[in-house]
Amino acid sequence: MTYTAATLLSLAGALVVDLVVLRTRLVTRLVFWAAYPIVLAFQLLSNGILTGRQIVRYDPAAILGLRVVYAPVEDLFFGFAMVLCTLSIWIFLGRRGVQRGPAAGEGSALLRRLRDRRSAGSAGGGVR
Amino acid sequence: MRHLAYVSVLAGCLASALWLEPVLKVNVLRRWRRLLLTVLPVVLVFALWDLGAIAAGHWTFDKAQTTGVVFPGGLPLDEVLFFVVVPVCAILGFEATRAVLRRPAGDE
Repeated sequence: MTYTAATLLSLAGALVVDLVVLRTRLVTRLVFWAAYPIVLAFQLLSNGILTGRQIVRYDPAAILGLRVVYAPVEDLFFGFAMVLCTLSIWIFLGRRGVQRGPAAGEGSALLRRLRDRRSAGSAGGGVR
Repeated sequence: MRHLAYVSVLAGCLASALWLEPVLKVNVLRRWRRLLLTVLPVVLVFALWDLGAIAAGHWTFDKAQTTGVVFPGGLPLDEVLFFVVVPVCAILGFEATRAVLRRPAGDE
């Protein structure tokens, strides 16, 4: 099997885990698609260094040859599969009651300040 | 120092994401049991995949730019750490997005 085929299989496997096995349905949620581009940006950067500096080398026969920031395009599928699998398990465990809380952002003075400012701004809208 | 190239990239990934824990209080490291239970299966499955890819010759690792610690099957320690670091960073980023947007993710 080529790396291309293996990554497409992993992509399908991750979707099955998310939609059928663990039923977390993350790919249907806005928060997943809002977070993924951020993760992807860091993947392109770190993977670009790993492949650009030839720390990891790919067999040209196992890949399509199309590259994105030095890395084979297949790595995008592979990365997506790994991130989706990870987040699906994380959400599944939370749903089952494994350390559901403290929730993200709980106890953050920075987030509280940002929200206070925003609500104060909308309450006094048009004052200044 | 060149043999630390791979692990330096991983350290950079961690540094880019770990600040979210104290600053945005994403509470990911604080929920360490849940984190451990998430990362373990991912490391196992993807390390197995990696062993397959190494055996099939899909990729090779530059000995000069990796730690030199290699598990049976030719799997470098650096690569195993990759499967730990990337999931941890992904969860930190996901929970940070969630903290800011306050949208449901399915475990509320």
